[in-house]
Amino acid sequence: MKGNEAVAEAAIRAGCKCFFGYPITPQNELPAYFAKKLQASGGVFLQAESEIAAINMVLGAASAGVRSMTSSSSPGISLKAEGISYIAGSDLPCVIVNVQRGGPGLGSIQPSQADYLQATKAMGHGDFHVIVYAPCSVQEMVDTVFKAFEIADLYRMPVMILADGLLGQMMEPVSFPDFTLSEPTKKWAADGHGGKRKKNIINSLFLQPDDLERTIRERFARYDEIKARETEAELYMTEDADIVLVAYGATARVVKSAVNLAREQGIKAGLVRPVTLWPFPEKELNEGAQNARALLCCEMSMGQMVDDVKLAINCSKPVTFYGRTGGSIPSPTEILEEIKRIGGVV
Amino acid sequence: MTHEILAAGFGGQGVLFLGRVLAQAGLIDGKEVSWFPSYGPEMRGGTCNCSVCLSEKPIGSPLVTHPSVLIAMNTPSLEKFIDFVVPGGVVICDSTMVDTEVSRDDVKAFSIPASQLAADNDLKGGANIILIGKLIKETGVFTRETFKKAIEKIVPPEREHLIAGNLRAAEIGINS
Amino acid sequence: MAVIFQKPKSLSDVTQHYCPGCTHGIIHRLIAEVIDDMDIEGETVGISPVGCSVLAYNYFNFDMIQAPHGRAPAVATGVKRARPDLFTFTYQGDGDLAAIGTAEMVHAASRGENITIIFVNNTIYGMTGGQMAPTTLSGQVTQTTPFGRDIKTAGYPIRVCEMLATLEGTAFARRVSVDTPQNVREAKKAIAKAFELQKNEAGFSIVEILSTCPTNWGLNPLNSLKRIREEVIPYYPLGVYKDKTKEGESS
Repeated sequence: MKGNEAVAEAAIRAGCKCFFGYPITPQNELPAYFAKKLQASGGVFLQAESEIAAINMVLGAASAGVRSMTSSSSPGISLKAEGISYIAGSDLPCVIVNVQRGGPGLGSIQPSQADYLQATKAMGHGDFHVIVYAPCSVQEMVDTVFKAFEIADLYRMPVMILADGLLGQMMEPVSFPDFTLSEPTKKWAADGHGGKRKKNIINSLFLQPDDLERTIRERFARYDEIKARETEAELYMTEDADIVLVAYGATARVVKSAVNLAREQGIKAGLVRPVTLWPFPEKELNEGAQNARALLCCEMSMGQMVDDVKLAINCSKPVTFYGRTGGSIPSPTEILEEIKRIGGVV
Repeated sequence: MTHEILAAGFGGQGVLFLGRVLAQAGLIDGKEVSWFPSYGPEMRGGTCNCSVCLSEKPIGSPLVTHPSVLIAMNTPSLEKFIDFVVPGGVVICDSTMVDTEVSRDDVKAFSIPASQLAADNDLKGGANIILIGKLIKETGVFTRETFKKAIEKIVPPEREHLIAGNLRAAEIGINS
Repeated sequence: MAVIFQKPKSLSDVTQHYCPGCTHGIIHRLIAEVIDDMDIEGETVGISPVGCSVLAYNYFNFDMIQAPHGRAPAVATGVKRARPDLFTFTYQGDGDLAAIGTAEMVHAASRGENITIIFVNNTIYGMTGGQMAPTTLSGQVTQTTPFGRDIKTAGYPIRVCEMLATLEGTAFARRVSVDTPQNVREAKKAIAKAFELQKNEAGFSIVEILSTCPTNWGLNPLNSLKRIREEVIPYYPLGVYKDKTKEGESS
């Protein structure tokens, strides 16, 4: 199954009842799958007039207490930024998938990881975060979709799945485990008070500075909980690693191959793969890098994650970068050469 | 054994479908598999290729940059990728569409006029499957039984009538 | 003693922030009255815009969502698609609806989305201090058209009802005014009709209400009402521009 289709199937199984989207390559299989399957499972698929309308339809459906989702690729995600900010500011749960392509501008339609900073640091105006998951296989995309809906409801906030054109377009075997859904009762939803409760207001406007500050501080207290409970990373051959590579998503697969090649040549390389990009797995990175002499960050961008890596280890070790951008995918041999270049030769 | 297969041609020749059959066959044989298309902006007629990895081990990059098997369905595809084939690798060309010789002597090169054979046998659009037959014959990457199961799995029920033609096309390749 | 006049149940008992002479208050009341009459407060979700009426969520007693600027029809679409059993309307000003929200408005209408837009047209951006709106009349002085709106550079004022009436999905489009007691009564009828149509799943409905902005027009309340009659209505004639329930009947 293609990654994009697998995400859509997983979402339907995760109780997603509304999908609103807009065509953009390389994520088109995702809305197409919903268009074919969502109605049959009692849900709603709607192709919106724009990315902006699509995210605001998600805002409306999520306000009404229904599991909702949208997907797009980089330029479309930029357009959704406004709506994502409102959704975060209104404490609404939803799932957003970004099948990244090359940028800036119209860029390319090939895989890229150049939206890392947007996703983790500035997904819109204002003081807020979205939880960002970076799966690295079609199976992990499926598993992440389930988790994303649950986590979004649990913390009442948008969850982003940061994929890329490679993960979206590739086919891999995938299984859909039986998931037990635990969608909470949404007492806060604007779904008609029925004369049984006070009215609910879904809102991000607080004209009194003290009020706005209080809501933001409350939200950031929740962010602290998320940091403590939901941060995830995979450590691969890091125990004795001299050189620790840091990579996420599709690039992490390539890096894993490079680590294996390096090990075959007697170079002690390892990989720390952040699974959540926000919150960034600082503790896990330090654990994985404790015996390392140097760190090598690999991305399909010009190095957007490097600063997070440096901050996580408090600049205690040299951190270098190797990446390809513009839609090119690094190869394991390229990365192996880089490992050797920075001193991993035994 | 890991097979890193790159199939390439014009859009519309069934390159992506060819890749899907290979991936499905690998899956039936219990292997780790991946399929990744190179996608261009055009819907029809552009150059097109797809990477298929079949392995006993988890697959790293699904993008094949140094194929152990290259299936070339036109001249530009052969010219573009021939230098990247690993030494000792296999190159299979549709000689109806490829008008140059394989320039390397450290690879095992095979030619079969797949498009012509497809036309002669009333198997329009079946050149891709004839090439799979050739691949089965020359590499034993999987068996004809596995191929049959893969085709039966991939062809949707409403197009069941196409299964027989695909099986016939594969036999032409295997017996060539 | 018999109560002959009271606050509608659907209207909150809070002080509204609108300027003296502004007709938002009247329009809020009309909506609340209709919702009371239809007894649908418990199933209503209103969408407030960005603009003067942003705080409308505080003024009604039913569930409310505050939408991003111009996006209210998309938000209403999300609510309605997710929960078709709910009753949904947007409350939008001219800048919100006819400038930044043009796409959302047109496509909600085009889809025949079963929602109602209450469109308050006072020919100016009120909350931001009186800038030119898409509906600002030719020659009208605003903060950003200090010499009067020049159609050569700023283009023509948009007639929303006429435009949306051309779309197949629009079931009902009517322009009313709240400048006289008689027109206020007509405005209520228009709102009631639009809401009834939504209850009957007839599709998209819009009621455009010509409204005042004494503060930014630089007129007192009475002269503001006079301006509606003398300047605004001539360019934006009152009337029914689309009524699917009447189609086929001889007019």
